[in-house]
Amino acid sequence: MTALLSGLRIIELASDRAAYAGKLMGDLGADVIVVEAPGGHASRQFGPFVDDRPDADTCLWWWHYNTSKRSLVLDLGSEDGRDAFRQLARSADVVLEGEDPGVLAGLGVDHVHIRADRPELIWVSVTPNGRRSPELHEPATDLTMLAAGGLVWNCGYDDHGLPPIRPSGGHAHHTASAFAVMGALTAVVHRDLTGVGQHVDVSMIAATNVTTEVSSVDWLYRGATNQRQTGRHASEHKTMGIQVQTGDGGYCSNPLGLTTAGNYQTVIDWLRELGLEDAFGEFFFLPMGVERGGVSLKELGQDVEATEIYRAGREALYLIASKLTTAEFFVQAQQRGIACGAVYAPDEALADAHFRFRDYPVEVEHPELGRSYTYPGLPFTGVQIPTTIRRAPLLGEHTQEILAKLARERASTA
Amino acid sequence: MTSTRSGQGHKSTALSHIRICDLTGLLAGAGATRFLAAFGAQVIRVEQPAHEKHRWDFLRGGISPDGTKQGVNFGGNFNNHNVEKLSITLDLKSAEGKALLGRLVAQSDAVTENFSAHVMERLGMGYEWLKAQNEKIVYVANSGFGKAGPYSDFKSVGQVVQPVCGLTFQSGLPDQEPAGWGFAYMDHLGAYMMATAVLGGLVARNRTGEGQYIDFSCTEAGIGLAGPDLLDSTVNGRAMRRPGKPNSNADNWPPMAPHGIYPAAGEDDWVAIAVRDDADWRRLATAVDEGWARDPDLADAATRMARRDEIDQRLAAWTRQHDRARIEALIKDAGVPVAQVARPADRIEHDPRTAAWGLWPEVAHDEIGEVRVEGIPIHMSETDWSITRGAPCLGNDNDYVYGELLGLAADEIADLYARKVI
Repeated sequence: MTALLSGLRIIELASDRAAYAGKLMGDLGADVIVVEAPGGHASRQFGPFVDDRPDADTCLWWWHYNTSKRSLVLDLGSEDGRDAFRQLARSADVVLEGEDPGVLAGLGVDHVHIRADRPELIWVSVTPNGRRSPELHEPATDLTMLAAGGLVWNCGYDDHGLPPIRPSGGHAHHTASAFAVMGALTAVVHRDLTGVGQHVDVSMIAATNVTTEVSSVDWLYRGATNQRQTGRHASEHKTMGIQVQTGDGGYCSNPLGLTTAGNYQTVIDWLRELGLEDAFGEFFFLPMGVERGGVSLKELGQDVEATEIYRAGREALYLIASKLTTAEFFVQAQQRGIACGAVYAPDEALADAHFRFRDYPVEVEHPELGRSYTYPGLPFTGVQIPTTIRRAPLLGEHTQEILAKLARERASTA
Repeated sequence: MTSTRSGQGHKSTALSHIRICDLTGLLAGAGATRFLAAFGAQVIRVEQPAHEKHRWDFLRGGISPDGTKQGVNFGGNFNNHNVEKLSITLDLKSAEGKALLGRLVAQSDAVTENFSAHVMERLGMGYEWLKAQNEKIVYVANSGFGKAGPYSDFKSVGQVVQPVCGLTFQSGLPDQEPAGWGFAYMDHLGAYMMATAVLGGLVARNRTGEGQYIDFSCTEAGIGLAGPDLLDSTVNGRAMRRPGKPNSNADNWPPMAPHGIYPAAGEDDWVAIAVRDDADWRRLATAVDEGWARDPDLADAATRMARRDEIDQRLAAWTRQHDRARIEALIKDAGVPVAQVARPADRIEHDPRTAAWGLWPEVAHDEIGEVRVEGIPIHMSETDWSITRGAPCLGNDNDYVYGELLGLAADEIADLYARKVI
């Protein structure tokens, strides 16, 4: 089997900004060479570490974001290092980097210099503000970009005495990297037809700005400012909660509510099966939900009876949830046709039967440690989608083989 | 397969040779083909005919921005997600409709859909059928849980995907219920992954001459976003659900302290501050200029991490005294990462970074009129994106697609309308 992106060579200058983009393309089969300075890229020290012992080769941040890549150590501060980088870049389909604007130009190894005699090369730059902003160099992190880019405003609690929440995990980087990949592949499709490459300028803050769904559009379209609410969409008007607490102290999300007659019959049956009919004082509302053919969300707050039926339906779900575990409530609700999601921790999701059935978790060999570990795999399935990924490279692991090949190529063209 | 549709302004030529037979809807699907359309791909939305009320894309209908008009063409989010696309109507459940779709597939490069997992098979339009219409077709399916597995038939929207994949869990404060996400983040990320699959399929087709079928599972994409913490669990046996976690505003790789969202003087005004290292701390301490900040012990990152709750309280007491713009200016001048928690108006109307980018282009919509939408966060030097046309009205391009593209005569098209096939 040929992997989806096999045949594409990506030269990535190690960065925290674009690492996920390189990983995605590497996991999909591209030959990704990650170029690090002597001593290794700073992200090898981000943590966490295997057994909590800091080491450049046991950093789990590095492990995750650099799977399926090869590592080449080059000193761009030396002329030899820059020469090797130029030669390498000219051999690539795509160069991917996240350096601050001006850094590579100062070294004479930016896209302008290198693309000058190789116009088919595609060069992707990922920076906080892109290159059109009056402010090119203001310091920024994931947290400040998500705040400035509008994501944070939407997330948090009904209680606005609590701060708005920035979901952790590096989502300014994820979002920008996703666009870096889309841009790179768009440019490849165009180059395949025309032979012309180009520079792809990715703005992290712009990427976050257009990844806030209704928040941007509601403002652009009708000048509405949505307000954060616990566990559900931020909204111009306060909506009913959608999270129910389960018997084990966890939560499930029930985002669509009970709207159809079938939903109400389902809850009636479910209460009866659990022997809870008598325990639920408002049971009588539920048959009314069946009889009136369900409750449209548009009736809430408008029609008193409909609103009460809907509220009683939610109360019934709260009662049922209190008797079940998170996993039980989630699966049983879904099997009964009610949209529901268990609030799993990511590692709980990774261990869930559905995802194991699909071989989503993959075992990744770490021969240097004599064992394998479970990683999240690819979210795609298909004949050209790899079913395994390779562990991240040790620092400079492939320097010799890559430089030796470069030397042979140089000799053969001399 | 270049568009010959008239009436279009400047269009990107990056993907102008690509045609997408687009069965997607909502954001998770439409967001994928939106990107491709902005780079010039001809994206043909296939939608239920006008008599099939209530079965259109849920976002299609709405109210005009001034509140005076409503109908199937007035959805604001639909307009945003479907700029630069074409729309045809087609009853996919009729034999004739299926045959017409087959003719469109034969002339397309890719087919995209985000129906529930088994809808395409039920319609008899699974990959084998698509491939029979066009051997080189790239078919990308996007669903919440993927096409196989115990949950494949589960109902799925953003607020199902996000809880199940762990993203909801990772957004919150200790000892509080999950705050989750105030919007469908995974609809966006799912759309980006779907576009990546389409583009990857086209790249592979250019190389091998073969099409393929790629099934995308949105929850799986979400799980993978927790990478380093997931490995901390699978490698070190440290469960993510544990006391004190999540603490989203504070948590970060690499760890930083202080690192959080602090109250400013105004109503519901907040600022984000991140101190990356000891140099940042020295500059912040100078800017704050209060006795507690001059504590020499705090010059060390490990000490700041150990005393982060105390620092957060002190820093919040300081920020609470000042206007958010003043805090931002003061700390930015000091060279430390800082940002106001931007409201929509802040970032859309008053941020020079998004303005310089041209991030909010205005489009012309046939019924809504002129309205701003989201742009694309990448600029390409040779074939940059173009967004000037609003979303298509329902069936706007029936004449072009059925007439010009598929070669039907005007009376044949009229007959299809009369019999409600289109």
